[in-house]
Amino acid sequence: MFAFFKRKRSKELAKNRLKLILSYDRAGISPGMMENLKNDLLEVMRKYFPAGKNDFEVSLEQQGSQVVFVANLPDLDSPKTS
Amino acid sequence: MKSKAIVVTSGKGGVGKTTTSANISAALAKTGEKIAVVDTDIGLRNLDVVMGLESRVVFDLIDVFEGRCKLNQALIRDKRVDSLFLLPASQTKDKTALSKRHMKAAVNALIEGGFDRVIIDSPAGIEDGFKTASAAADGAIVVVNPEISSVRDADRIIGLLEAQNIKEIKLIVNRIRPDMVQRGDMLGISDILDILGIKLIGIVPEDENVLISTNTGKLISLNDNSKLGAGIAFNNIAKRIHGEEVSYLELEAPQGFFSGIRKFFGGN
Repeated sequence: MFAFFKRKRSKELAKNRLKLILSYDRAGISPGMMENLKNDLLEVMRKYFPAGKNDFEVSLEQQGSQVVFVANLPDLDSPKTS
Repeated sequence: MKSKAIVVTSGKGGVGKTTTSANISAALAKTGEKIAVVDTDIGLRNLDVVMGLESRVVFDLIDVFEGRCKLNQALIRDKRVDSLFLLPASQTKDKTALSKRHMKAAVNALIEGGFDRVIIDSPAGIEDGFKTASAAADGAIVVVNPEISSVRDADRIIGLLEAQNIKEIKLIVNRIRPDMVQRGDMLGISDILDILGIKLIGIVPEDENVLISTNTGKLISLNDNSKLGAGIAFNNIAKRIHGEEVSYLELEAPQGFFSGIRKFFGGN
């Protein structure tokens, strides 16, 4: 009974999934390619910021009629000086 | 809507394009407009069946294009409502038999021949069949069901319609279940409009009388006036296309005593 009331409504999930799917569709990028791009970027970032944390986010956002690629790199330590 | 030739489309199959085409055409004819409704789903003809006119099909769209008959020989007058005519698709040919040039010629001939509006029932998909069906249109109605796959396909179709320079694009949300929307288990009208970014022209509730009407070859827009049913919804859409201001059925607003209580306690 309580579980029923606590259950997250499926509409929200549907809406969020749909927004994500459409951002890929509109940008003409496949989710798999996005994942590869993210991993490659991560590798490059690690090379320059070896002590950096790995909470690195790459996403597509709809801004008006444009789809924008957003990379979020929180808490970067000083770059490696060699 | 200003558009004289309106394509009814969706991308995804099975969302109710043909039912919508038939019912808004009949309802538009009821407002006094002279309407031709054209089935462009070559090889998968169904509009005649939904309208209950299948026994009267002699010639079809392809016969017109290939010169076997005149345009007005292929038009079937619907005896139930004055000023409604069906132009059936061919059941034996395939979609390659239909060209954009022929489609434009047929639609122009209908409008020049005195029809106030031409409603074009598009096949599912985004390939040539859809492109041919929409080639002659100056407006579009996109039919969507409140589910992810249908909204995704609608987004794709809207992009293609815009690329074809079709300016007037309106949305019908079909088969919505107010009870599911209210309890948060179905995308609501505002969710879909947010995502697709086009203007609404109708909300049609899921209604078992649609299937019952199709079973008997009747049209719900001509036969059913239930207060919250699909028949009224289709008639309201026709009035909006015709240019009247008609308020939407309040599907998302609380109805009845218990939903009032739920709202009082913070439900939505």
